[in-house]
Amino acid sequence: MKDLIKILNVFCLLSLLAVGGGSAVLPQMEHETVSLQHWVTGEQFATIYSLGQMAPGPNMSMVALIGWQAAGGAGLIIALVAFYLPSSFLTYGCSYVWDIFKDNPWRNSLQRGMAPITIGLMLAGVHAVGKTACINPDRSLHFNTITCVTALAVTGILFAKRINPALLMLGGGAAGWFLLRGH
Amino acid sequence: MPPAASDQLGVAEIFRAFAKIGVTSFGGGLVAYLRDALVTDKKWMSEEEFLAALEIGQTLPGLNSVNVAIIAGRKLAGPWGAFAAASGLILPGVVLLLVLGLLYDRFRHDPDVAAALAGVAAAAVGLLLQVTLKIGAKQFLNLRDLCFVLGTFYLVAFQHVSLPVVLFLVAPIAIILCRPGKLKPKA
Repeated sequence: MKDLIKILNVFCLLSLLAVGGGSAVLPQMEHETVSLQHWVTGEQFATIYSLGQMAPGPNMSMVALIGWQAAGGAGLIIALVAFYLPSSFLTYGCSYVWDIFKDNPWRNSLQRGMAPITIGLMLAGVHAVGKTACINPDRSLHFNTITCVTALAVTGILFAKRINPALLMLGGGAAGWFLLRGH
Repeated sequence: MPPAASDQLGVAEIFRAFAKIGVTSFGGGLVAYLRDALVTDKKWMSEEEFLAALEIGQTLPGLNSVNVAIIAGRKLAGPWGAFAAASGLILPGVVLLLVLGLLYDRFRHDPDVAAALAGVAAAAVGLLLQVTLKIGAKQFLNLRDLCFVLGTFYLVAFQHVSLPVVLFLVAPIAIILCRPGKLKPKA
């Protein structure tokens, strides 16, 4: 029960702090769920995040799996509801009154000012997942080299070609299976 | 109150339309799927209405796709429409994630599976890096923006400054530096 309330608190807060889309809350989510609450290990967090990128639908639905690891079925439902409901309520309410501040000049300032912060948070998100998925001190240099090359290859391919990222995730899995077995 | 004409649109039909996106949108890019469905296919919204909804969705906290679904659903059938739209978008992916999660729990100690998952996780980092670099291209090229990008990154990733602190202390500075009248008019 205490765990469920904690899940509710953590994901409600993350919901309302999720500026500029979902990825900006990744570092905070990793800090809360791995370092503070120990619901998942860093490696599980990175894996769960990557499963979330493979599934269809909004890419942060992976919070369901963190809730599930923390407290079973009830944890799953509470994590999902807590992560999606508060921001949805806010949007629902604000969409009524939006016209009032639609032409307010501060709205442009808000967007311009927040843009670099969102990008900085997303970079920190890359770091939060990458520090176990790519540069993992518990792994061999050989292992880390392969994971880093895989990640950078995906980045490069996506810049060069329009290709469905889900296919590249599968490609990464195939590369991992082929190159990382036994390491 | 939602517009009267849209009351005729059934909640089940709204759920179906969004669930179709929820099932098929492998690899992300949900906003494009939503636009195709709402504006082109079903003609439930005009292009302008969609862009207005997207702007609200991007400004407020929460995922852009879910926020757009909430606004579109509300416009079509009030609170239940919003609920049907968002849950249609979210639930199919959650079901698949649950299956993946069960498989993960069962097989993660299998060396073959662990190796494959390590590859998938690495690929996901590459994807997030690409998305960040792509949508941040403009910010990386502007010196003041770049300072905020790197400052935020450093504070959060290495000093473990929490997100609320960043949003309530750093963000106001950034916003005030972009205050009305300070910005160059858009070209």
